[in-house]
Amino acid sequence: MYEQISKNKRKTFFLLFFFVALIAGVALAFNFLLGFGAIGVAVAIVFAIAMAWGSYFYSDRVALAASRAKPAEGPEYQRYHNLVEGLCIAAGLPKPRLYVVDDPAPNAFATGRNPKHAALAVTTGLLEKMNRVELEGVIAHELSHVKNYDILVTTVAVTAVGAIALLSDLGLRFMWFGGGDRRDRADSGNLGIILVILAFALLILAPFIALLMQFAVSRRRELLADASGVQLTRYPPGLIAALEKLKDDKAVVHHATRATAQMWIESPLERGPAGSGSEDAVDAEDGDGQKKGSWLNRAFDTHPPLDERIRILKEM
Amino acid sequence: MIFAIIVGAIVLLVVLVFILSYNGLVRLRNRIDNAWSQIDVQLKRRYDLIPNLVETVKGYAAHERQTLESVTQARANAINAQGPVQQAEAENVLSGALKSLFAVAEAYPDLKANQNFLSLQEELTSTEDRVAYARQFYNDSVLSYNNKLQTFPRNVIAGMFSFDKREYFEGDPEATGPVRVQF
Repeated sequence: MYEQISKNKRKTFFLLFFFVALIAGVALAFNFLLGFGAIGVAVAIVFAIAMAWGSYFYSDRVALAASRAKPAEGPEYQRYHNLVEGLCIAAGLPKPRLYVVDDPAPNAFATGRNPKHAALAVTTGLLEKMNRVELEGVIAHELSHVKNYDILVTTVAVTAVGAIALLSDLGLRFMWFGGGDRRDRADSGNLGIILVILAFALLILAPFIALLMQFAVSRRRELLADASGVQLTRYPPGLIAALEKLKDDKAVVHHATRATAQMWIESPLERGPAGSGSEDAVDAEDGDGQKKGSWLNRAFDTHPPLDERIRILKEM
Repeated sequence: MIFAIIVGAIVLLVVLVFILSYNGLVRLRNRIDNAWSQIDVQLKRRYDLIPNLVETVKGYAAHERQTLESVTQARANAINAQGPVQQAEAENVLSGALKSLFAVAEAYPDLKANQNFLSLQEELTSTEDRVAYARQFYNDSVLSYNNKLQTFPRNVIAGMFSFDKREYFEGDPEATGPVRVQF
């Protein structure tokens, strides 16, 4: 299990490196096509840094607000507080801020930038449907996200994807409206044309590549958090029972979108091959109209299938 | 000239590794001490909760004097216990006394419905958990400390500055087990 953690850290490092390379590539392509020169690149980089800085400090507040989470205060949340405090002792972490999302669908997520500035949110549905042991398993999973710095990686990934999408979108728009002096470059022989095509392709494809990478990071981290969550409670049946309950529960979280999907313990969006779904599901899906069950959709999944997670836990 | 630079770089590297390893060991050793005191904090918390529990139960089941007194007595013994063996034994007795107190409470529907009693019960259960978790964290800290202590190059540094291997907390399974609360 310890090896799994360090292996995951290495992989995360490489993925972050890819993100940086992708941003640099997009910035270069942007510059090549539009010919803004050094100033254009500098503006793009300053913009990207500003976005990263903002998200580093405010992403948790945004995530909590987007999910309509409110602070968990009052005697009815005593068990929730107690469980978190106990597990924090086991993990050697400071106690995170605790929030509740008023929603019947059982689910939970963690956010923040480091263990000292972390927040945990669970739905009221989770508190109602899970018994003490199951709830403990779920909270241990979330605290593992905090301990493994998954919350920071999620933040960075979201920011990187956002920055790449924004940059390439800007680049493409400028091109359509005939900005820059790209024609001069294209005229400078075969090499010039190939470079223009490559740069163009990069601008179009970058957001998709970034998204795929983001989801790959997310899936890997869910499995790791399951493993290290069990390492905290030393009781796999708790989390297994919780995941079984999540599997049987078909409700979806109301205030969840693809953007925040990767934070939750279980994918908050509707899943399974029976695609059509309820009105809630369509609402949560934010109308992106993905067909369920195809390999393409699997690539965009933020979470591994629950069956697979349960199987892996049972093997421990 | 080049030779001197290479030698200098190697010396610098060795010194750097030395400093980092030494600091790492100190940090881990301090974490173990902190983890150990955390166990005491949680045990004390448990002692603090018990008088409230006894008072609450007294209000509903005053004539269960014997059970209440045995809990109070077991608590006092656990607080005054000397040494780990005696302490484990006293904790064990206290757990047993609490167990019978909760069993007695079963016969009093009014008590079972009392919000104060329910929250004390929740507090006590989670404090039992915390004691167990604090011990777990202590053992985890000892594990990572001992691992570092016995692997190269830290074993050399450990030998020079007499860092000692730490012992795991191995409680009597009865004493460390949770209180069984019958519902």
